[in-house]
Formats: sequence, structure tokens, C-alpha cells
Amino acid sequence: MTGDQLKLRVAAIQDIAPTLRLVRFENADAGPLPPSATGAHLQVVLQAPDKQIRNAYSLISKPGSRDVYEIIVRRVPASRGGSAYIHEQLKTGDLLTTSWPGNLFAPQRSARKHIMIAGGIGITPFLSYVADFANKGIDYELHLCCREEEKDSFAPWLPEPDKVFMHWDADGHRLDIPALLLRQPANTHLYVCGPDFLTDDVLEAAEAGGWPDNHVHCERFGSALSGGEAFRAVLQRSGKQIEVGEHESLLEAIEREGVEVPCLCRGGACGVCLTSVLDGEPQHRDHYLSKTERASGKHIMPCVSRARGGGLLVLDL
Amino acid sequence: MTIAFKPDETYRGDYTYRNSDAAILRFPFPFPEDSYMYSVNIEPHVRGGFTPVYDNPIDVDEHYIAECRDKAITLERDPGRYAALPHMMTAQWDALEMLMECLSTDYPALFSLHKDGDHWTWINRPLGLEQSFTFGKEETLPCEPFEYITRQVQGDFALLDQRNGTLYLDAGMVTSQADWSLQFDVGMDFMEWHGPVPLAHQAGVFERALKFLLMLRQGQPMRRLNWTMTVNPRLDTSPETYPEWGPDRTQLTLDNIGRKLHLRVELQTLWRLPRSNAILFPLRCYLASLDELVRVPKWGRRLHRVLSTLPRELAEYKGMVRFLPTALEYLSAHDDGAPTRSGCAAEISTL
Ligand code: HEM
Ligand code: FES
Repeated sequence: MTGDQLKLRVAAIQDIAPTLRLVRFENADAGPLPPSATGAHLQVVLQAPDKQIRNAYSLISKPGSRDVYEIIVRRVPASRGGSAYIHEQLKTGDLLTTSWPGNLFAPQRSARKHIMIAGGIGITPFLSYVADFANKGIDYELHLCCREEEKDSFAPWLPEPDKVFMHWDADGHRLDIPALLLRQPANTHLYVCGPDFLTDDVLEAAEAGGWPDNHVHCERFGSALSGGEAFRAVLQRSGKQIEVGEHESLLEAIEREGVEVPCLCRGGACGVCLTSVLDGEPQHRDHYLSKTERASGKHIMPCVSRARGGGLLVLDL
Repeated sequence: MTIAFKPDETYRGDYTYRNSDAAILRFPFPFPEDSYMYSVNIEPHVRGGFTPVYDNPIDVDEHYIAECRDKAITLERDPGRYAALPHMMTAQWDALEMLMECLSTDYPALFSLHKDGDHWTWINRPLGLEQSFTFGKEETLPCEPFEYITRQVQGDFALLDQRNGTLYLDAGMVTSQADWSLQFDVGMDFMEWHGPVPLAHQAGVFERALKFLLMLRQGQPMRRLNWTMTVNPRLDTSPETYPEWGPDRTQLTLDNIGRKLHLRVELQTLWRLPRSNAILFPLRCYLASLDELVRVPKWGRRLHRVLSTLPRELAEYKGMVRFLPTALEYLSAHDDGAPTRSGCAAEISTL
């Protein structure tokens, strides 16, 4: 029950709408997959000819599923390459590396009722929610704002159609967010996933309606990822210059060069990896340094922190 | 691997609990340096390390049968040592699955788990149990799933629900705690239940630890060691039974302290659970008497140095003030002043 990477095989690909592709994965290694979770996502590494692409996709599989994982990917014109790759290149039988499922968007188990508002493909995290809630008899409403022609695309994943409401851009069909929020019982939790303008509208309406902050949740992909802009670091005492890639931590890059840094938690909490900065400006991401220590820029926690703006760091190592 | 269980030893009454030589050598000695202070001492819970206790994510040792029996006695006397709030049922099943899989994978001679879809059969050979049940259906087990499995694993267990940017202690099986109460703490948040701990709040230890835990990932458990000292090899040192064990602290003499005073180490691990997004927090208690510990020369020296420099607030919080001078007198005979190497390892392979 421990690990961080999975090897998956593409078991099936199905186009469920002109720009929506369902991809089903199975374990390429022996044994069952780690259980998928309500609201969880998978970070998928796609090996395009010229570069490696890492994207996070919500798992739409039934929560707890250990035989297959499923994702739905929208083809977007302004794609960073991931969605185009999945729509144009990926084939059944391909092998991929992914993270273990991660979860930054779990439902609040102590809520009395759950209201989910999705914009378009933003429905994907909620497909595992509704499977979970329907199974346990938990009260919810799912509101999907999408193009009219896509309103039935997700029907196979919606076990209780009477709890799902479709909205699209035509008179009589638009979602009235303030009115929706007004009629909810106490201890309802509100979740939103979709384009920024929808998220902003929902957060504003919730604030105006007096909803407590901790009852309102929005999906924020990527904030748990360790990477960032690539940069260079000089290890002064060892006389080495290292390249820190987008998808690795400074600590990992230092270790790769055979230079030892004491460390413990590898997550910015314990303080053990504290390293002196001789030159350059750190971008702090740890929980260890105080405000003044951060501002002074004299120290860095290389397990999580990086160089600001991809600049050069000179370290006392 | 075969484990020679000691099914008849006791953690109360005549206190016949003892460690074999192998158990002493594998003791998770918690002091990497000659002094001790609270810190965010969290590291990845990966296999292997200075003690074989780390070889498997869930450790089973020679005390397994006796410890499960002692837990059953404590629960019989006080069923309130187990508690779970209703919204934790998904987390309960997560925990059962995690523990059954760890045990059956790492100790196949002792435990097996057979799955046919949601129809599971669990066999626990040391305790002589076999149970078929439907995963996710509470009514197919003799008690709640979290209670069912944690009765069969050494140590205490807490389930933490994550919400409002903190963790809530919303379920627990707590029969071998160092003087804190589940009934009192259940439903509290991370900062509230850590309220009584001295010095650590000011040092920012809890604030950092919490932020770190909120980002804990499935598949990447973490661990830390915590410690205190207990008179007699007693697991149940709860506030509820204080009259039964508190007075023992006054009974220590230079003659009996080596036998009676035990270093009590908790191996605490932290696991993100999948379906519920809750955190499972097993607290596994290891006990070794001073007589047992000083057989490892490095540990005798180091324990003497740690205890003689222990901040007063920690000694008070851990309830050690009354017997500390006697313990130091006993230990001083085992500290020749030689330097010690950093790290917890025993540095010997036989006693
Ligand atoms: C999330 C799961 C955790 C639970 C359920 C938990 C629970 C507790 C409880 C109930 C106590 C006793 C407080 C009292 O006196 O009433 C305690 C003490 C303490 N906890 Fe935690 N804790 C957790 C995680 C952590 C972590 C991650 C740290 C990391 C620094 C930590 C550090 C401490 C310390 C230093 C003490 C004082 C122990 C002593 O000196 O004996 N705890 N904890
Ligand atoms: S290793 Fe703990 S802060 Fe970097």
C-alpha cells in the first residue's frame, strides 16, 4: 500500500462527444491498483516526441475502484499539448507512467448536503462524488453549465438523474447562482469546478449570501505538485553546477549529483535540510522559515523551495 | 520469518512482560543525539532503517498475542476506549482494508485475506479467527470495521477527518495511551488536542507539522517516534485508570528501578486513506525496562545524558519528576563518559 508511481496500460479509448474522450487504464504491473477516491486526480506523464507533458486529470471511476481508472479529456484548442496528445496520439495498449491518485478536492464528510456546480469538463471530479453519494444515500444536487448539445454526454455516470440539473446559455436555462444558494439548508457544502469566470461568480455569490468560507470549495489543480520553472544552482563548496528540472525538487537534483544534504520530512516542515544561500533569490514554499527569515533570503529548504523566476541560486553546499 | 509469540505474558497484575534479546536489539530507541527537545521529527515511513521494526509498514512482534489480549481486557472494562463519529464510516473501511492488506502481504504465514469481489474472507492464525464479510456492509461484521481490525493489531489507532484546514480526531481505538483520553479528545482539532503539550506550540512545531500533514499523500506514509516513561510494563496508562497505576511512581527505589521503570516509545505513522481522504494514525507502543536497555552500551550512556539534560517542562509534562533522580543514579553507572555516535542504532548485533 505504498509507492508514488504507477505503470498503466491504456485498456480502452472511447469518444463520448466530438471533443470528449474517455480513456480507461488498467495496471501494467501485477495486482490491483491503489483505490481511487472521491474527488481524486491522477498526474499523467505523456511522452510526446519532443517533450514530456504532465497533466492532472480527475478520476471518474467509482470511488474505491481498483481494477480500472477512467478519465475524460476535453480537446482544447489552446492545449499545452496534453489534450492534443491524448486526442491524436494515444492508442489502446500504450504504457504510461502516472502518480498515485492524489486528492485536493475531497468532499466534506460531515456535511448535511452537497451542492456541486460544474462548468463543462469541470464536471469530471463530481462524477466520482455522485457515484459515492448515490451509493451511500447522501443528499446532493449537481448543476452542470455546458453547451446544450453536450448535456447528455455524461449520462452514463449520473446514477440519479433527478438530482442533476443542466444549464446552458439560452433564456430559461441559465443557472441563477444566488437563488440556488439561497434555498439550501444549514450545513450545506458548496463545490465548484470550471472556468475561472464561473468559479469567481460562485465564490462571489457565496460571499454575498453569507456562506462561511469553510463551506465553499474549489478545485485547484497543481498546488501540490513539487515542480515549477527549471533553474540552475551552484553548489559552492562542492564546485558543482546543477540543472534543476521542472518536475524535480532542488533536493532531488542535488542528490542526483551525489552531494548529500541532511533531510527528514522532504516536505518543508522539519527544518533539517536548511541550507545557506550565498547568492540568488529563493522562492520559498516551506512551512519552516519565519517571515523575517524568508524575507532575508539567507536560507532555503531545498526539499520544496526553488529559485524565483528561474534565476540562479548559489548554495553553501 | 517465524515469530516466537509469548502468549502468556501480562501487562497488568503480575506484569510478566519481558523482551527477548532479539526484541531488545530491535527496540526503536528514540534518541539520535545525547539531548532531546521537541521538533518536527517526521520522516517518510519507508521500509528499512536503524531497527527491523521499520522493515514492514505495520510491525508484528513477539508480544502480539499478549497485547491483543490486554487490549480486549481494557475494552471489556471500558468500551468507551473505542469511539467513532458517524461520518467516519468510509474511513473505517479504508483503515480495515489498509491494515488487512499490509498484514496479509507482509506476514502471509500469520494472516490471509481472500477477496472475491466485495466478498472477503480474513484469517488471523495467531488469534484463531476467520471471518467472511462483505466489504462496505457493516452488518456483516461482529462490530464496526475499525473496531474489528484494530482489536487485531498492536497499538492504538486514531482516524483524523480533514476539513476547515485542520484535522479532527473523529474516531479512535485507544487502550495503551500515555495519559490522554479519547473520550475527552474525540471531535477536537489538531491544535486543541495538542493544547497541554509544553514548549512545542511556541516553537512552531505543531503549526508546521499540521501544514505538512494536510498535504500527506496516499501511498507515502510518514513516521515519527514519541516517548515517555512508565512504571511497570503497563499498556493501559489512561487518565480513567490513573488510580491503578499513578501511585506506582512512588514505589521506585534504586534497587527496583532497573526492573520496573520502562522507556515507552510510540512509533507513530501517518497514512492518507483513499476513499475518505482521512488520515489513519497508528500509535504503536514499545516497552523496554532500564535493565533491558542498558545491555546496549550506547543506549545506556545516551539515556543517561538525555535524561540529565531534559528540559524541566518536559519532565513535568511526562510525569517523570518524582523518579528522575533515582533513574539518573541508576543510569550513571552505565555512562562512562565515552563519546556516542549520532543516530539511534544499537551498533551491536548480540547482547
Ligand atoms: C495527526 C495525528 C496526531 C494525533 C491524533 C496526536 C495526538 C496527540 C495526543 C492526544 C497527545 C497528548 C496530548 C495531551 O497531553 O493530552 C499528543 C502529544 C504530542 N504530540 Fe501529537 N498527535 C498527532 C500528530 C503529531 C505530530 C505529527 C507531531 C509532530 C511534531 C506531534 C507531536 C506531539 C508531541 C511533541 C506531543 C507531546 C508528547 C510527549 O512529550 O509525550 N503529534 N499528540
Ligand atoms: S527535509 Fe524537512 S524541511 Fe526539508
